[in-house]
Amino acid sequence: MAALFEAQRLIAGWSQPAMVPFDGSLMPKQILGVTGPNGVGKTTLLSALSGRAPVFSGELRLRPGLRLAVQTQEVPPVAGIPLNGRELLALTGASSAGLPPWLLERLDIRLDRLSGGQRHYLALWAVLGTPADLILLDEPTNNLDAAGVAHLGQALRMLADQGAGIVVVSHDHDFVDTVSDRVIALKGPGDGK
Amino acid sequence: MGNEAMFWSDLFLTPFLTGLGLALTLPVLGCFLRLRDEWLAALAYAQVAAAGALLALVLGLMPALGGMLAAGLAGLGKPLFSRRLAGGAAFALLMLAGWAIAVLLAANQPLAERLGHALFDGQLYFADAQQLWLTAPWSAFACASLFVMSRHLLLARVYPDHFRARHLRSWPVVIGFDLIAALTLALATMTMGVMGGFALVFVPAWIVFRRAGNWRYSIVISGAIGALAYLLAFQLALWLDQPFGPILALLLIITGLVIA
Repeated sequence: MAALFEAQRLIAGWSQPAMVPFDGSLMPKQILGVTGPNGVGKTTLLSALSGRAPVFSGELRLRPGLRLAVQTQEVPPVAGIPLNGRELLALTGASSAGLPPWLLERLDIRLDRLSGGQRHYLALWAVLGTPADLILLDEPTNNLDAAGVAHLGQALRMLADQGAGIVVVSHDHDFVDTVSDRVIALKGPGDGK
Repeated sequence: MGNEAMFWSDLFLTPFLTGLGLALTLPVLGCFLRLRDEWLAALAYAQVAAAGALLALVLGLMPALGGMLAAGLAGLGKPLFSRRLAGGAAFALLMLAGWAIAVLLAANQPLAERLGHALFDGQLYFADAQQLWLTAPWSAFACASLFVMSRHLLLARVYPDHFRARHLRSWPVVIGFDLIAALTLALATMTMGVMGGFALVFVPAWIVFRRAGNWRYSIVISGAIGALAYLLAFQLALWLDQPFGPILALLLIITGLVIA
């Protein structure tokens, strides 16, 4: 089985390099957790994997034809837009099956009339439900309560069992340790090398 | 001739049908422009179309052709200059340029002055059969295209990274949408004037974005508001013997203030 991606001494960034060198790979059905302090380049790593941030040095090989699903930290800009949860899921082709009951009953409400946590989880679910080989998640537990975090953990494991590879970037060490098959802790230049 | 008989005569039926397609299309277009935070584009394309029409008239060409060409070029060129002019500045500059050229042409050319008045007053009753044959199929095409592009345009707003992540090209839809918006507004400007067209783009979309519970309902209701306001404004303007554009705009404003 081919790796979904392989990175060697990868450094990506924006106008200049914005991460410490990264080595790692991911196979299908695996969940990789990535942790580290602010500014170490966790989000930049996801951006490089999704093709948004240019690679400055090192090597990044993505499996040809890879279908990606990407969740960013930015909340989808739905304020003032008459779009409900059911329509949001339909946009990405996600199914409502498996959603927690506290969201299922709110699918017909406008997204900008939901609480921040409910809106975040629906937006995340729409990403998770997109048919994808590699799912990239940036701080997915932000705004979620304990029930939401637990439900997300189960959903990620189910998606991995179905064949997807998942990269989870998070400050929530407990969550990352619980859901991941492997954790890479990125260290800043002054973090005890 | 009574009002009703006058309405059904060719003299008024042709302008009525010409505007009806636009009255259904412009509010739907307005929803997508508002979704993309580009509602100012409606005014920009309308002003550019007016300037293009007046310029064509001065050059001895068909005004409708000049208006559509100018607006079409503005729509096609938009992706190029909007990268440098973010935050709606591109549309504001287009609008100012269109207005300035149109007013200067109208002030210096007697022929252009008459057409200029018609374009800014919104005299729908001058629409002829030629305009109807241009507007009716275009309105149907624009509505069908917006329906096809709807999912893509919504995804581009909610998940801008979706297309890059899925190796999908987004530019054909973006350019297609800009072109449809520009040409529809050019036709609307020729038919019901700059502000009449803008009122139909802006107000129904503003109402449904505040009140509607979902996207599908927004599209249907915005079209219905546009069609009803148009129908009423047409009759009222005829009855009061007033220019159509301002009557339509006032009706929509009152509707908006009451509902929104």
